[in-house]
Amino acid sequence: MTTDLGMPTTAPDGVGFLRGTESFPVAAHRALADTQLRRNLGHATRTIRGKRARVVAEVPDWEELRRAGEAIKADTMARLPELLEQLEEAVTARGGVVHWARDASEANAVVASLVRGTGADEVVKVKSIATQEIGLNEALAEQGIAATETDLAELIVQLSDDRPSHFLVPAIHRNRSEIRDIFLRALPGVDPDLTDEPRRLAMAARAHLRRKFLSARVGISGANFAAADTGTISVVESEGNGRMCLTLPDTLITVMGVEKVVPRWSDMEVFLQLLPRSSTAERMNPYTSTWSGVTPGDGPQAFHLVLLDNGRSNVLASPEGRAALHCIRCSACLNVCPVYERAGGHAYGSVYPGPIGAVLSPQLTGISGPDDPNASLPYASSLCGACFDACPVRIDIPNLLVQQRAASIASHRTPTAQDVAMRTVAAAMVSPARFRAAERVLGLGRFAGRSGRIRFLPYPGSQWTSARDLPAPPAETFRQWWKRTRGSQS
Amino acid sequence: MNAREEVLARLRAARDAGAPRDGVPPTPRDYRRTGTLAPGSAEVVDRLAETLTDYKATVHRVADEDEVSAAVAGVLEDAGVTTFVAPPGLPARWLGEVTARVRPDEPPLSVARLDEVDAVVTGAAVAIADTGTFVLDASAPDQGRRAISLVPDHHVCVVRAADVVSSVPEALARLDPSRPLTFVSGPSATSDIELDRVEGVHGPRRLDVVLVGPM
Ligand code: SF4
Repeated sequence: MTTDLGMPTTAPDGVGFLRGTESFPVAAHRALADTQLRRNLGHATRTIRGKRARVVAEVPDWEELRRAGEAIKADTMARLPELLEQLEEAVTARGGVVHWARDASEANAVVASLVRGTGADEVVKVKSIATQEIGLNEALAEQGIAATETDLAELIVQLSDDRPSHFLVPAIHRNRSEIRDIFLRALPGVDPDLTDEPRRLAMAARAHLRRKFLSARVGISGANFAAADTGTISVVESEGNGRMCLTLPDTLITVMGVEKVVPRWSDMEVFLQLLPRSSTAERMNPYTSTWSGVTPGDGPQAFHLVLLDNGRSNVLASPEGRAALHCIRCSACLNVCPVYERAGGHAYGSVYPGPIGAVLSPQLTGISGPDDPNASLPYASSLCGACFDACPVRIDIPNLLVQQRAASIASHRTPTAQDVAMRTVAAAMVSPARFRAAERVLGLGRFAGRSGRIRFLPYPGSQWTSARDLPAPPAETFRQWWKRTRGSQS
Repeated sequence: MNAREEVLARLRAARDAGAPRDGVPPTPRDYRRTGTLAPGSAEVVDRLAETLTDYKATVHRVADEDEVSAAVAGVLEDAGVTTFVAPPGLPARWLGEVTARVRPDEPPLSVARLDEVDAVVTGAAVAIADTGTFVLDASAPDQGRRAISLVPDHHVCVVRAADVVSSVPEALARLDPSRPLTFVSGPSATSDIELDRVEGVHGPRRLDVVLVGPM
């Protein structure tokens, strides 16, 4: 693929985890046959949905906060390059070093060389979806650097050689007895009498990681927010593993997607109210750490901030699609999604699962053609609207899904600079009437009620909704479907 | 083009190509920026005691600063603490009746040493009643660098009524973002097993808050 210098660009293939190997209907079909998986997911998402509703109801100005969050994010996108330069200046002024990375490979190379520069061959990591996206652990391993995930669920995933399936709880697809079995198998020195009591499991992880924390020389984190005006980075967490990684090592490397910048420190007053209640369904998560640059005598004395594009410029170039960059990764849309609850996170292929993943991943990677697994993601929805209602920053995911369906049909090539230029023209042509017409042509509609029960889905979704009651229909392949529908469009 | 120039050039092109037709509306700030309970009032302290307790912190109420040292001594004794670390600027009067041995963090203790002490006693910069949170400012003399309130397994935090506000916006307005800040809401916890909350993972597993002020 050739790219035009300085033009918005999709994430390159071959590195990182933004794309699975098979289409959503195929992967979801298999997941649906796994009754244990469905039971685990159903139990976990039901628990969190009820709790979230209770803590949100406590906040009388929840809607006002959502609108503020939405507007702050839209404002951020409208001046993203300026804000990043401001952030760079603020971080640098406070003793941090800012690095820029065009894509996953470049970010991995920057981090690997920073780690090597310290002489360390081991790093401790706080959960960071951006570093999963770029395949950082794998890239470090190739350089002989061992990365230890310290978030409990990430550790479970790492020990079982698995992939994350949820933003907040990457091992949501595992229940307590499966976790015990993983620990018994893979945790060095674990008590053979370990039970599946969650408390005992958490203590086993504590014992395993404590020595690593206390001796770690390099910590690697993501960032939930970065205030451009003060250079203050925030990491929101629960267990204290984040505090350990952010405080005890000599060197801290933070990898952050460019969209995580916010204009002002004072904007945190909105996000620190929206995020915990939407995410863990708590009034506040146990720990939030904020820092700017380096503080003499406290915490890491070397701080590096790696700013990552990896397809984000391509998303930003779409007037409608850029709202997918507003996501604060709370996972509320996953927890309320009837499709996610049944298919599980792995079916989406990318590290960004669920409703938001279905609209974000295809925009980050672009769609290369009918065989591209990400082309099928926008169909991983019944368009029931629950995700929009739950989203703390009001991302209109159903609307984005419909647009991405159109895009997945229309753009069978990786977008070029020409496509980007065309988008501004195309955007002007969109009207409500056109939109409704497109919706009819595509055979869309709202197929599930607010009860969250899916009755049927348009093909290819029908291939798996039907699996619950009926044998899979001997239907056309996704490729055939693509040809047929695309044919009827042109 | 180097990476910096290229990423910025891409983002500038994208910013313009994807600009919303009607521009970006100003951010509405009609959410509540002051809470319902007055800062420092008996009501706001009551509410804080409730929300802290909801998240499994143990709350000890005392009427004024003269009573802090007895409360801290009681907590430490109860937990069988023999040594604890204190930030260099912790008010000496808070420890007057304490019998456990204090290790001042001056000069700074090594991580290994911090791992040996049983507890840490600190103050707090501000506390938020709506959410059951207190905030540690690492540059404040009575709170100390971040490691001392992280490595010991038991944290005793003294919160003064004057530093208690109702809402998150009021708290942020009182904080200095250039300093390392830690927002603490209950002892460490995880929801990673079946999305059920379990208290006590890597951060201090026991959290006691001594609330000083009107009752
Ligand atoms: S899209 Fe909204 S609801 Fe979904 S994870 Fe992102 S912020 Fe949360």
